[in-house]
Amino acid sequence: MQDFMENMAVKKNIKIAVLSGKGGTGKTLLSVNLAAVASDSIYVDCDVEEPNGHLFFKPEWDMEKPVSVIIPEVNQSICDGCRKCVEFCNFNALAYINNKLKVFEDICHSCGGCFLVCPLNALTKKDKCIGNVFSGNSEGVRVLSGIMNTGEASGIPIIDELLSQCELFEEDRPIFIDCPPGSSCIVMESIKDADFCLLVAEPTIFGRHNFEMVYELVKLFNKPNATVINKSIGGDDPIETFCNEKGIKILDKMPFDAELGTLSSNAEIAVRQNEKYRELFSSLLEKIYGEVSNETAAYTER
Amino acid sequence: MKIAIPADDNNIDSTVCMSFGRTPFFLIYDTETDKAEFLTNSAASSQGGAGIKAAQTVVDAKVSALLTPRCGQNAADVFTAANIAIYKTEGTSLKENITAFKEGRLAILGEIHAGFHGKHGG
Repeated sequence: MQDFMENMAVKKNIKIAVLSGKGGTGKTLLSVNLAAVASDSIYVDCDVEEPNGHLFFKPEWDMEKPVSVIIPEVNQSICDGCRKCVEFCNFNALAYINNKLKVFEDICHSCGGCFLVCPLNALTKKDKCIGNVFSGNSEGVRVLSGIMNTGEASGIPIIDELLSQCELFEEDRPIFIDCPPGSSCIVMESIKDADFCLLVAEPTIFGRHNFEMVYELVKLFNKPNATVINKSIGGDDPIETFCNEKGIKILDKMPFDAELGTLSSNAEIAVRQNEKYRELFSSLLEKIYGEVSNETAAYTER
Repeated sequence: MKIAIPADDNNIDSTVCMSFGRTPFFLIYDTETDKAEFLTNSAASSQGGAGIKAAQTVVDAKVSALLTPRCGQNAADVFTAANIAIYKTEGTSLKENITAFKEGRLAILGEIHAGFHGKHGG
């Protein structure tokens, strides 16, 4: 695979984000198996609300780091109740009641705006731990995973920490980013530095609805992208119809496969268990590198 | 005393709104003078924390009690801090609740829900 990358002029620390819109279409299946088949790679689980990639890789964590955000703490003796912070806060994390400013810590998104608008500097910065990131090894794959504490406002600082941890491994390894479901800001954060976005879709009407949203997102970010249809059963395929309408490249159609499903349900990595799947994902990875290298060539020509 | 009730419309014949934080209006009613005033709830379109912002509006109206079908934890925290009692509405109309409150027939709202705080809101 390494030789292949060299031949294809793919940069060695390429970042490939796997995203889907709808949950349960196969983001983790694809990103885990692609990272495993690439072997000397980095796998990052950005679904910090419900991380599950580590269940497949079963790494021994050799690093754990808490992630904190800054929230305001009120110095009531300085605050004169001007309410500039209350009016400023878009998340309504501040209220002024009975001549006292009250902070709703779980609502605060740590934007820092209240510190800026307070004319009296009545707010001081307080650290609040919102989760942890972990890192460990699994047969040559460096696994990075984060988990957000229950009830926190946003996982973005944890995703940020995960992606900056990737930078610590300057070993020219391909990076596979397993994105959270949906198309909201946590997904944007996960793909913002990606070189390529792999969209995973399932051929259902619901799947198509969310696929359209996530496709719109990668277009907005101007990311090179292609699609894999997972659980394909042939016949009328709403995803394929949409891809044809929009000219989206379909890299692969993975069949609805009970054996693959069973391996995944048992938290096994298919490419490590069965040569058939090693070939399947290896060929998919080659196609992805092919796409990236075409993009690079097109970019150079411009 | 002044009381607040979430209202679907800004007239006295309106129904009580089922949502506290995202109600379009609040009726501010003076039980001594029978004067009714309607406030627009600017929190209705908030991305998050609507209950807190709505509660701030109600607190600023200097009421002594809130009559509502439901109330979330964050809003309830605001009312506790402001010493405002929360009563549970009965039936659907503003008028019948005003009468019921005056006659002391409304119970204190016992059940505070944990909130529907929008996930992925950031």
